[in-house]
Amino acid sequence: MITVDSLTKKYAGFTAVDDVSFTARSGRVTGFLGPNGAGKSTTMRVMVGLTVPTSGHALIDGQPFAELPNPGLKVGVLLDASAQHAGRTGREILTLAQRTMGLPKLSVEHMLHTVSLTDTEADRRVRNYSLGMRQRLGIATALIGDPEVLILDEPANGLDPAGIRWMRDLLRDYANKGGTVLLSSHLLHEIEVIADDIVVIGNGKIVAQGTKAELLNAAGTVARADSASELARALLAEGIVSTPTSDGAIRTDAEPAQVGKVALAAGVALTELKSADNAGLEEMFLELTAETQREGAAA
Amino acid sequence: MSTATLEAPAQSAARQAAQAQPIPTTRLVSVELQKMFDTRSGFWLMMSIAIAAVLATTATILFAPDDELTQEAFAAAIGFPMAVILPMVAILSVTSEWTQRSGLTTFTLVPNRARVIGSKVLATLTVAVGSMVLALVVGALGNVLGSAIAGVDTTWDVSLQEFLLIILANVLGMLIGFMLGLVIRNSPGAIVGYFVISFVLPGLFMALANFQDWFEDVWPWIDFNYAQGALFNGHLTGEEWANLGVTGIIWLVIPTAIGLRMVMRSEVK
Repeated sequence: MITVDSLTKKYAGFTAVDDVSFTARSGRVTGFLGPNGAGKSTTMRVMVGLTVPTSGHALIDGQPFAELPNPGLKVGVLLDASAQHAGRTGREILTLAQRTMGLPKLSVEHMLHTVSLTDTEADRRVRNYSLGMRQRLGIATALIGDPEVLILDEPANGLDPAGIRWMRDLLRDYANKGGTVLLSSHLLHEIEVIADDIVVIGNGKIVAQGTKAELLNAAGTVARADSASELARALLAEGIVSTPTSDGAIRTDAEPAQVGKVALAAGVALTELKSADNAGLEEMFLELTAETQREGAAA
Repeated sequence: MSTATLEAPAQSAARQAAQAQPIPTTRLVSVELQKMFDTRSGFWLMMSIAIAAVLATTATILFAPDDELTQEAFAAAIGFPMAVILPMVAILSVTSEWTQRSGLTTFTLVPNRARVIGSKVLATLTVAVGSMVLALVVGALGNVLGSAIAGVDTTWDVSLQEFLLIILANVLGMLIGFMLGLVIRNSPGAIVGYFVISFVLPGLFMALANFQDWFEDVWPWIDFNYAQGALFNGHLTGEEWANLGVTGIIWLVIPTAIGLRMVMRSEVK
């Protein structure tokens, strides 16, 4: 289990992580979702002791990461697959991790096999690796100690569709066996297909968190009428608060049936009426990405 | 069924024991030693030490006058290239963690950065002593071979004390490299820094001493290279030891302390 409590990290002039609290539970995959630059990586670096927080703390099973006697056996970490010495071969990098943790030599071969790196690939220097191969090597380094907690920053980056599928199955399996998996992504879809719990972060602050069911199937309605403002007034008259969406529809927490009844009574012709499904989360996420104006809008 | 239920807790108890076991320092040092050799640059640096030792020995046999084919001549010939190469090994062992960003993995597997740096120092000292012994062996072979070819008596004129002082000089050189690695944390920057400290600065000090009389007196107390030079003479006076101590504090101890502090607090990205 990972507990993040009131974590804040300030740099000169700006706050990268602002009072972030959440829990990644064991037996579940927790998705850490946010646009590029939202503070995901900073939060993860604080979790593993690479960055000292300004205030607050992160604990692994109630213990600070830096106090774990042999962290590799407890927590598997992949923060940046490209952060490897380019002059080493994949096998050497994995061997260094194996020796540091005090694992049997055989585990290196076993792990290379698990992440589908062939013998020839393993003996090539990382300089010549594709991003996908580096990602597999990074995942191997994280998994080699057979840890109970996995912290993975954008692990799907650079993997081909088959590789993404493979990783998804692998992480699902890990969580099903009781492990804690925390993975970050800037792609809503990627998180949607794998996570049980979702934590959404934007501009350093948590903007939503809960189980996938709660967040994606949150009760609510998206309705459209020729005049959105007329519909909104009619709803307000019945005590239902609604908000206009960016594309001219309105969103409310009320059930679709109720919105339909109000519209009928007020004589407003609806052009569209549907339950919000994940529209709310997607809307919020698009807003976040629009604010930071990065390519993440493709999500 | 019953075996399975019995096995599971036993396994997890074994796992918990393994997790609670701190990583022994000997293991960390041997991992750091491996890291010095297992990259292409590391491998060729180590190879170049061996190659330089053989080349220098050969050159001494070919070019030194017969009556100067002594062990000391061989030691000096081998010592110079080593004094240049060994600090590079020390520099890269620190800076590559930042320049190559492998520190992200290193400091995650061992969050106690002081232990990682300490292991690197021990690995560096191991290499320093090991390569000096290698140089001694190659030099001795060259001395036997050279004097046989020249038909002169083999002269053994390097005493144990002299050898130990040469080792100390090289250890200090490597520690200077290590210090620069800690302070600068960038491979090209630290290597340039090393050449400035050991080749540019002594020249400046010498020029200053030539033009300013007052500086000539304090020179030995400020120039680390000058103070180190005494180590190659085979014996040091009490004052020379004091010079070495004072300049060592200025150029080695204080900057290393500052560098360590920076490494402890810096963010690893």
